[in-house]
Amino acid sequence: MEKFSIKKFLDSGSLFIWLCGGALGLSLLMIGGLLVVILINGMGYFWPKDLLQLTLNDGSAVLGEWVATETIPNSESSAKPKGHERIQLKVGNRDLYGLDFRWVDRADIVNEQYPSDVVVFERREWGKFFGRIKQIQEGEMSLASGNEEGMSILFPLLEQTNGIQERIDAIEKEEIGELNHRLEQTRLQRRSLEMSGQSGTGERAAIEAQVQALEARYEVQNIALIALYDELKRFRMTVVDVAGEAQTFPVGTLMNAWLPNSLGVGEKLLMYVQNFWEVLSEEPREANTEGGIFPAIFGTVMMVVIMSIAVVPFGVLAALYLKEYATQGVVTQMIRIAVNNLAGVPSIVFGVFGLGFFIYAVGGTLDQLFFAEALPNPTFGTGGILWASLTLALMTVPVVIVATEEGLSAVPREYREGSLALGATKLESLWRVVLPCAMPGILTGLILAVSRATGEVAPLMLTGVVKLAPSLPVDGFFPFLHLDRKFMHLGFHIFDVGFQSPNVEAAKPMVYVTTFILVLVVLMLNMAAIALRTRMRKRYAGSSV
Amino acid sequence: MQITANSATSGTSAIPKERMRRSMLVVEKMTNTSERRNQEHMESTSRPLADAHPKIVIQDMNFFYGKVQALTKVNMPIPANQVTAFIGPSGCGKSTLLRCLNRLNDLVDGTRIEGKILLEGNDIYDPGVDVTDLRTRVGMVFQKVNPFPKSIWQNVAYGPQLRNVKKRATLDDLVEKSLQGAGLWEEVKDRLHGSALGLSGGQQQRLCIARALAVNPDVLLMDEPCSALDPISTGRIEELLYTLKEQLTVVIVTHNMQQAARVSDLTGFFLLGELIEYDDTKTIFTNPSDRRTEDYITGRFG
Repeated sequence: MEKFSIKKFLDSGSLFIWLCGGALGLSLLMIGGLLVVILINGMGYFWPKDLLQLTLNDGSAVLGEWVATETIPNSESSAKPKGHERIQLKVGNRDLYGLDFRWVDRADIVNEQYPSDVVVFERREWGKFFGRIKQIQEGEMSLASGNEEGMSILFPLLEQTNGIQERIDAIEKEEIGELNHRLEQTRLQRRSLEMSGQSGTGERAAIEAQVQALEARYEVQNIALIALYDELKRFRMTVVDVAGEAQTFPVGTLMNAWLPNSLGVGEKLLMYVQNFWEVLSEEPREANTEGGIFPAIFGTVMMVVIMSIAVVPFGVLAALYLKEYATQGVVTQMIRIAVNNLAGVPSIVFGVFGLGFFIYAVGGTLDQLFFAEALPNPTFGTGGILWASLTLALMTVPVVIVATEEGLSAVPREYREGSLALGATKLESLWRVVLPCAMPGILTGLILAVSRATGEVAPLMLTGVVKLAPSLPVDGFFPFLHLDRKFMHLGFHIFDVGFQSPNVEAAKPMVYVTTFILVLVVLMLNMAAIALRTRMRKRYAGSSV
Repeated sequence: MQITANSATSGTSAIPKERMRRSMLVVEKMTNTSERRNQEHMESTSRPLADAHPKIVIQDMNFFYGKVQALTKVNMPIPANQVTAFIGPSGCGKSTLLRCLNRLNDLVDGTRIEGKILLEGNDIYDPGVDVTDLRTRVGMVFQKVNPFPKSIWQNVAYGPQLRNVKKRATLDDLVEKSLQGAGLWEEVKDRLHGSALGLSGGQQQRLCIARALAVNPDVLLMDEPCSALDPISTGRIEELLYTLKEQLTVVIVTHNMQQAARVSDLTGFFLLGELIEYDDTKTIFTNPSDRRTEDYITGRFG
């Protein structure tokens, strides 16, 4: 066996290979670690957790979901030895305790158990309640008392109240939404009639009649709504926490209830899927810390799609001129450097530009020309999904220009000459031969642009993102696509929930979930573009692009 | 001096003939008509240079890449319905001259041309000339095989479609005729809509010829069309030239002197941007009048 010699090792060049491999390994490790943290925390959120009941040495009891166990960093009292642990529990019952979380020293714990009869009540407000049912009553009449009896009649009641809630949502969103929309239309009609300066007595009367009809319909809906709300309050339930403190609320405020400690794995899996679906499909509740993030997913994807529609033609045309038509020289070289530098401008600067140019200049002008009747309320003169998308398109256009130029350079000269020799003009050659061959390169640019734009937050905050959008940019009212509307965005949602929320600790799982889904959305958008590129490459197999 | 030149001629003329025969044996395996035709053609060549109305006339042409002069005082008539070969060492300007004939050098920045190139009496560098129109009249086949990454049908129909031929039946007809003209129809008629890049190198080059034929050119320029092909594919393309020249004028640049001897009626020898000698192929190969031509074709330099 040969003796290991450092000199030989250095001379062989293995060190360099190890260095390269190490650099790659380290970056993979960091990316992998980040993804694993997001995955574990994000995916763990959907799993229904068991409720842990702790009995303390002073006789009191604490009930909650285990969150974390940590070593107490600097224990102040000498009674507790160093390196002692404490447990963080999510105790819920925000309306009773005012706090969601509680730390318990392990030294104080006398007994730990998972009682099978404790219930998680998921409410529309005040977060979850952990405890047991004391009584369910209709008016003054008691329907059930005690936990077991209560749980047995709770689910039929829940089905009923959830049905009522759905009808309320339907009326509020669709019927009243439509009435509001049409009332707004009549207001604008009246306003533009006033501005036109004509008397238009007949038209005015027609509008008034319409308004009255709409208001009558509104009244009808409103009465129905009040009745439904009363119906929600018909059944009331009293629940007690682990210490016996009681709280009473209508069954109608409850969304769901379950016995976490007596659920089997199958039932938990089912709940897991349901929870996941709820997050994907529902709107947020409780200042975004609960409920779903559907509007944010929708807003993100739509913004990226609009951006792509804007950035690809824009970038490709610019690159075509720069590469194919402009005389190559000092000026084009300088433009190229400028374009590359543009990619390095901080995104917030683009945000400011978007605000100044798109919103105030372009949007303001559009408002004066076409939406004057709505003024002083701005239509396009305020942040909206269109302006946010265009701002991001501007931000990512350098990437597309550079990638397209590379793609164009990679098209073999023989193709151009072959086309020209057949009597094609330069434009025809570009359009029919060169551009299709450069398509994979262009799509690479789009992939990079999409990746960058999807995760961008700073410019959006100036150009139209909001923490809670009342309606999606797409709905059933003409013209169906409302590019002027403000929208929600996953990246901004992370910022808002994680750092602007009144209850940051409780919102933490939501931050992970949102991050996880944002990564997923980026992945899926990229996969779509990559699939397209692979198809193109296959089609133009043999060409060197 | 005279004696040395003569002895060199008689001593070396045997070598290319021997080489010619060897390479033609390969071709013969495929096409037994090839050699016979070749012989016939070598013998039957009249004096095409005496043609009073050549297809193309190059007059006092100088060509510059920036400050570098690539061609100096080139004068040559190119007769119709003949195959004219340009030979010479690399960098002698033969490809440059070929690319001047369809103005493909216009695309290269910083090029300049002096003199005239007349196509049927009209200067192709006249400012009034429509370049795309010129290029449909003067088609080209390249050294690097370059079918577009499209289907076979789309490749051949490319030129006609540019001319606004839209009717499917007309296009189908043109595609078939062009592919037949290039001797490719039988091989590809069942896969017209398959990718052109799936063909072999030789088939791809014949597809490029078919593509050029589809716009019905008067002149076909070929820039070392066989340099990347195997002998069998080369043989097929050479054979194709015999049939093609019945309808059009072929100008071919080649590094392969046997090929020039086999396929061309006329040969021009270029050296350092000058046309050294231009004559019947037979004369060039058997009895060149310039010492440099003789040295080149016998392989003494270049």
